[in-house]
Amino acid sequence: MSKQFKFEIDGIEIEARHGQSIMQAADDAGVYIPRLCDVEGLEPQGSCRVCVVKQNGRVVSACTQPAIEGSKVENETEEILGYRRDLVRMLYHEGNHLCPICEASGRCELQAMGYRLGITQATKYPYLQPVRPVDASHPDIVLDTNRCILCGRCIRASRDIDKKHVFEYVGRGIHKRVGVNGNKLADTNVELKDRAIDLATCPVGCIIQKGRGFFAPIGERQFDKKPITLGVGPGKGRGKP
Amino acid sequence: MKNSVISACRRYADDRTRLMDILLDIQRELKGIEPAAMDRIAGRLGITRVEVEGMVSFYTFFSNRIKGDIVIRLCSDIIDRHAGGGEIAKCFSEALGIAVGETTADGRFSLEYIPFLGMSDQAPSAMIDETIVTCLTAEKVRLICSRLQAGVAPRELAAHTGDGNNGHPLIRSEVVNNIRCAGDVLLCPVPDNAGLMRALQRRPREILEELEESGLTGRGGAGFPTSRKWRVAADTGAERRCIICNADEGEPGTFKDRVLLTERAGLMIEGMTIAAYTVGSDTGIIYLRAEYAYLRSYLESLLRARREQGLLGKDAGGKRGFNFDIRIQMGAGAYICGEESALISSCEGLRGEPKNRPPFPVESGYLGYPTVVDNVETFCCVARIMDRGGAWFGGFGTGKSTGTKLFSVSGDCTRPGVYELPFGISVRELLDLVDAPEAAAVQVGGPSGEMINESQFGRRLCLEDLATGGSVMVFSRRRNILEIVDYFLGFFVEESCGYCTPCRVGNVFLKKRIEKIRKGLCELEDLDYLRELGKTIAMTSRCGLGHTSPNPVLSTIRNFPLVYAALLKERGDGLQASFDIQSALEESRRLAKRRSMIYDPNYDEG
Repeated sequence: MSKQFKFEIDGIEIEARHGQSIMQAADDAGVYIPRLCDVEGLEPQGSCRVCVVKQNGRVVSACTQPAIEGSKVENETEEILGYRRDLVRMLYHEGNHLCPICEASGRCELQAMGYRLGITQATKYPYLQPVRPVDASHPDIVLDTNRCILCGRCIRASRDIDKKHVFEYVGRGIHKRVGVNGNKLADTNVELKDRAIDLATCPVGCIIQKGRGFFAPIGERQFDKKPITLGVGPGKGRGKP
Repeated sequence: MKNSVISACRRYADDRTRLMDILLDIQRELKGIEPAAMDRIAGRLGITRVEVEGMVSFYTFFSNRIKGDIVIRLCSDIIDRHAGGGEIAKCFSEALGIAVGETTADGRFSLEYIPFLGMSDQAPSAMIDETIVTCLTAEKVRLICSRLQAGVAPRELAAHTGDGNNGHPLIRSEVVNNIRCAGDVLLCPVPDNAGLMRALQRRPREILEELEESGLTGRGGAGFPTSRKWRVAADTGAERRCIICNADEGEPGTFKDRVLLTERAGLMIEGMTIAAYTVGSDTGIIYLRAEYAYLRSYLESLLRARREQGLLGKDAGGKRGFNFDIRIQMGAGAYICGEESALISSCEGLRGEPKNRPPFPVESGYLGYPTVVDNVETFCCVARIMDRGGAWFGGFGTGKSTGTKLFSVSGDCTRPGVYELPFGISVRELLDLVDAPEAAAVQVGGPSGEMINESQFGRRLCLEDLATGGSVMVFSRRRNILEIVDYFLGFFVEESCGYCTPCRVGNVFLKKRIEKIRKGLCELEDLDYLRELGKTIAMTSRCGLGHTSPNPVLSTIRNFPLVYAALLKERGDGLQASFDIQSALEESRRLAKRRSMIYDPNYDEG
């Protein structure tokens, strides 16, 4: 039995166990902290920064920062929401996110996060409009990295759960991208049943399962009905909704 | 190819954590690491090829295509550029018949840029394989190229060697030290091993107390108290601990570690040995940046000599049970590896990405062991403190920043070079020493530091005021402040590891907007845009690179508002200055193969 202690998120008292991250404790308590790269069952990596909160006045990523006894965490303040909006906008502008023609529309966590944060029109940033080839070589899977947000969920799922390490980051800086273990996806041992390919793993429309396109009509997908929050969506968090 | 790969992997016992060394050896031998070689390496080490590709594509000195037999790397730093680097690049291009970024058809030469070589005091400079050439002129470049083409090996190029150990048979480099001011702690004559011998006679606890009394703070720029760092490492229970010397000075405008590595390497190794004895470590690593590869053989020889003298290895320094040895880990071109946790990743054979904190390296660092990472200069100071005492050291400098500091001064001054001065000296006093009567702006602490204007030259160089790892770049009135800002941002865009969103993407946006301002296409509101974006990057980034990368923009908006005001337009018509309807229409005109009825005034004549 590990030690229990308390801390606050936006004035609400939260119970935590020793060793838990802010995110884990918040999930257990039913308090939603927005996130994109963190998902239940995978090691947190703190790269998208959407889960930033202020812990005793310091900006930290909730998924990697341990909860501290007696600390005060700011989650939904104007300042933090402003940062999150900027970060989600950056991700939109870094890749090519054309929601109306994307298979993932309505079940896309990036899109849902945009709606949640009130990003409903063109934003202030320039579009980088990368040109990345689509890899449709695999019989069952399409990889369209134009929509990749570098969350690394497929990398961790393939490495830690499937034990295949099919995906890995290559390149550096703005040229960083997700590479595959071969010249193309068909050269790898990835399979449809891998966790890396599971619909809950890729938060956007980068990894697409062939033959399953538009299996639920747009308008009837999960985020069409309910905004993204704890218990709604693949990145639903670890605890009870 | 096969044999090179196999022997390189064998040399490091097929150890995945030594992937840096394996790739460095293969790159040197084969001039590139092609996918087929990556496959083989992966097979030997039991990892996937994409992991190898991830490494190769991360570091500037690795390439997935075969490069020329000789690679010429031109320093593209702003100081080199101001010193005529552009002209030098053109001369190399003409002499070799290739553009920067290309390889000659006969496969003999490749020409490329690197962000910062560490020779700002003797710019323009370049690196030819591992040989450094400095103070380049058109004439010198032509001579270099013709000699190389005639078959002269790069290391034979130097007509004469520089001062001090630059002339050592294992260095033989034309690099000069440019020590302009030797202070009382490091650059004055220092006795060999005096600090180490005194330290070994004392208990680790007493050493920590002495260090605490000295007030020594990390010389890399962050200014963390060294004694506190060591104490945590010593107090963290572990079977092994590690001491790493950060010799990866990559902050543009910094070159003082180059001088210490050349002239005070013994002192640095002493300091590392004292650290090992204090915290209980058996493993030492010197992380040497790829650009300083010319110093490697010399440093190796020092380590060998110390092993022979019994100062390293089993029962080091005659202390029974104190076993400590040091290896050199070469870098491969990545500024981010100056960040301590990224440096550790690199030593472990991983992409040089910072690690999540906590745990901090002093608790869990290299291969999970408590690890002390300190700067070259910090270790040198430690050895001196052990010899002369904490109170003596604390007598120099200011209350919070004790001791002397090495400043690397470059740019528009008559006496660029290394100055060892007590902390707390004012910028103006330093400018007098370096003879910079024309100075109009000074960049303190490199691109991630602050650019100050003339009215701020009374400010002091110390943790209480302008903190710096030592880089001081002087710019005269002739320089374009926004060109410098643009260059600094380009540097961060290039060197961001890309791990977190704000640093990877946000810095690109900052740079794009500065480019637009330089073209006169921006309005006053664009300053708000830059401030807000800069704040988001600084607040939400994961490591120090992103925390400080907006500084060139934010500090110049604060300190040079008129530079911006002169370029920003106030428009009353509500239109965006950057929007040009004619160029916006151009593509649709081309696709539709007709002109616009509304926007083309002579449409009817069409």
